[in-house]
Amino acid sequence: MKKMATGNQAAALAVKESNVEVVAAYPITPQTEVVETIASLVETGKMNASYIRVESEHSALAACIGASASGARAFTATSSHGLLYMHEMIHWAAGARLPIVMANINRAIGPAWNIWADHSDSLSQRDTGWMQFYAATVQEVYDTILMSYRLAEKVCLPAMVCLDGFILSHAIQPLDVTPSGDFIPPISLPHALDTKNPMSYGNLTGPNDYFKFRRMIHDAMKRADKECREVEREFAERFGRKYGPVMEYRTDDADTIIVGMGTMAREAEVAVDLLRKEGLKVGSMRVRQFRPFPRLGLEGKKVVALDRDCSYGAGGILAQEIRFHHDVPVYNIIAGIGGQDVRYEVIAELVRKARPEGEFWLGVD
Amino acid sequence: MLDDIPQEEYLLKGNTACAGCGAMLALRYILKAAGQNTIIVNPACCSTVCQGTYPKTAYGVPVLNIAFAAAAAAADGIASARRNKGKNIIVFAGDGGTVDIGIQALSGAIERNANILYICYDNEAYSNTGMQKSGSTPYGAITTTTPTGRKDSKKDIDLIIMAHRPKYMASASAAYPKDLYEKVRKALTIEGTKFIHVLCPCPSGWRYSTEKTVELGRLAVRCGMWFLYEYEDGKVKLNAPTKAALKRPAPLADYVRPQGRFKGVNLERLQKEVDEEMDRIRALAGIENAKEASE
Ligand code: SF4
Repeated sequence: MKKMATGNQAAALAVKESNVEVVAAYPITPQTEVVETIASLVETGKMNASYIRVESEHSALAACIGASASGARAFTATSSHGLLYMHEMIHWAAGARLPIVMANINRAIGPAWNIWADHSDSLSQRDTGWMQFYAATVQEVYDTILMSYRLAEKVCLPAMVCLDGFILSHAIQPLDVTPSGDFIPPISLPHALDTKNPMSYGNLTGPNDYFKFRRMIHDAMKRADKECREVEREFAERFGRKYGPVMEYRTDDADTIIVGMGTMAREAEVAVDLLRKEGLKVGSMRVRQFRPFPRLGLEGKKVVALDRDCSYGAGGILAQEIRFHHDVPVYNIIAGIGGQDVRYEVIAELVRKARPEGEFWLGVD
Repeated sequence: MLDDIPQEEYLLKGNTACAGCGAMLALRYILKAAGQNTIIVNPACCSTVCQGTYPKTAYGVPVLNIAFAAAAAAADGIASARRNKGKNIIVFAGDGGTVDIGIQALSGAIERNANILYICYDNEAYSNTGMQKSGSTPYGAITTTTPTGRKDSKKDIDLIIMAHRPKYMASASAAYPKDLYEKVRKALTIEGTKFIHVLCPCPSGWRYSTEKTVELGRLAVRCGMWFLYEYEDGKVKLNAPTKAALKRPAPLADYVRPQGRFKGVNLERLQKEVDEEMDRIRALAGIENAKEASE
């Protein structure tokens, strides 16, 4: 069934379609519409779940952890400071190997107060053991949440589905909400709390066992890369929509590749069309799957990395990931932080001027 | 007297608690009262350590250990899943995790009337980290962060909880196991949030010799440093040992003297605090109880 929906509504509808049993959330701009939509789905009997109106984001994720640890499918949504307030429990969820899925509506962090799109919030959670996906359309938000539950429960790791605040969270686009059917089977967590088989989770562990547990998270994350391809293949078979870790656009004969994430990377595709008209061989790659980080195949290309974030003193985080995984010089454009407007003409102009290597801050340099 | 308490042990032998630990004594009876159909949620505290080291555990029921500030919320998450209907979801948290860092999650859970039993085992300090002052540390007590004795007074978590109007609330003591057992049994028959505050003497932190745990636990009640009561339907009901103590309290010095933590305490000031607390609990229990207590 097709309808018109915002990115936030698409997230809520995907949660309903995933048969989530427990939702715990605290409101924060621009995430609020997700939890409002879920609240109304639950209260009007359209969704059979418990909705816990917690008093903080720390508790939101703690409640999801409790629910998930007992074997129930759980969901939360947050943004910016809410995500940071969860940070302790973000680590806990991954360390406890719980397949929780969360939507993070990407937003800048204070000070100064700023409610607009920015990837600093989710990227600051990069090393917590959560899988991270960045969507660029309303349909993709919906589809990625469905696929995330499948994947998270296969590898016992939590997943974060990120969408740009307002640009995508509040944008209205057509959405196909075909029922998920048996694409999402009943959840079965191998280590659920069981009164008939009592075990203790998270108690004291000596250095050797602890070390092994950490390695197991790393291995599971690497396995997730393969499993994700399998889930995407099944998803495409059933729903006809194809996704990969990287969405390539006109890259076949390109000598210059723009790499980005989220809506800014979608905008870059329009910039590619413009530059192609001028005879420049430009393509783009939109990284959907940031953790585990995929190989992009950029060798021999001129790379322009578009970052809506900065690791202060080091530069754009996506640029660093590319440099780490590929032996290529990267020209790093830092743009769009705090919701800065980045139109395709601007991206095209920056690509025209791009040097092989270096860093450029839009509107500052 | 303890005849109807089940023989089954859910707190197993070989746990790593200190000898004479009041908290483990309390937990033993709490688990007997709750039985097998129970999930325990533990924030960071002694009772996490007392389970022993992976891959072993000394608890005969499933336990979710969780970050310090998160216990009440995690328990609500468990209780909110359909599959856990009918199970006893019990938080077993120390005073630091309840009175200080965990108070926000606890407050939220009671406000939502989460279907959990929250038990605060109160040893009046951060004993797991080597005995620092917590919000629950009484006036005058020496801890590693109040090396000359606490100068101000403890936080009254009971009044804070009562202001939330929970379905059931009680105070108890590890030294009165039958009373504790019965309160847990009763709490578990009630739907919604229940809170039980248990005084658990701690030989390591209070600096007394291990065999005195029960004796000191009883003395705390007898001299009015701890009250035994229940709060239900907006009313406070005092239990017999406290009624007796309000009538004829034991000398405070009997309780204070055997404990190294009270070395050098200003006994007069401590007595004044105890007297004020006794007046307060009388007022809470209502005139009738006050009359009863003074009869
Ligand atoms: S420090 Fe105190 S509360 Fe902790 S295990 Fe030892 S006796 Fe028990």
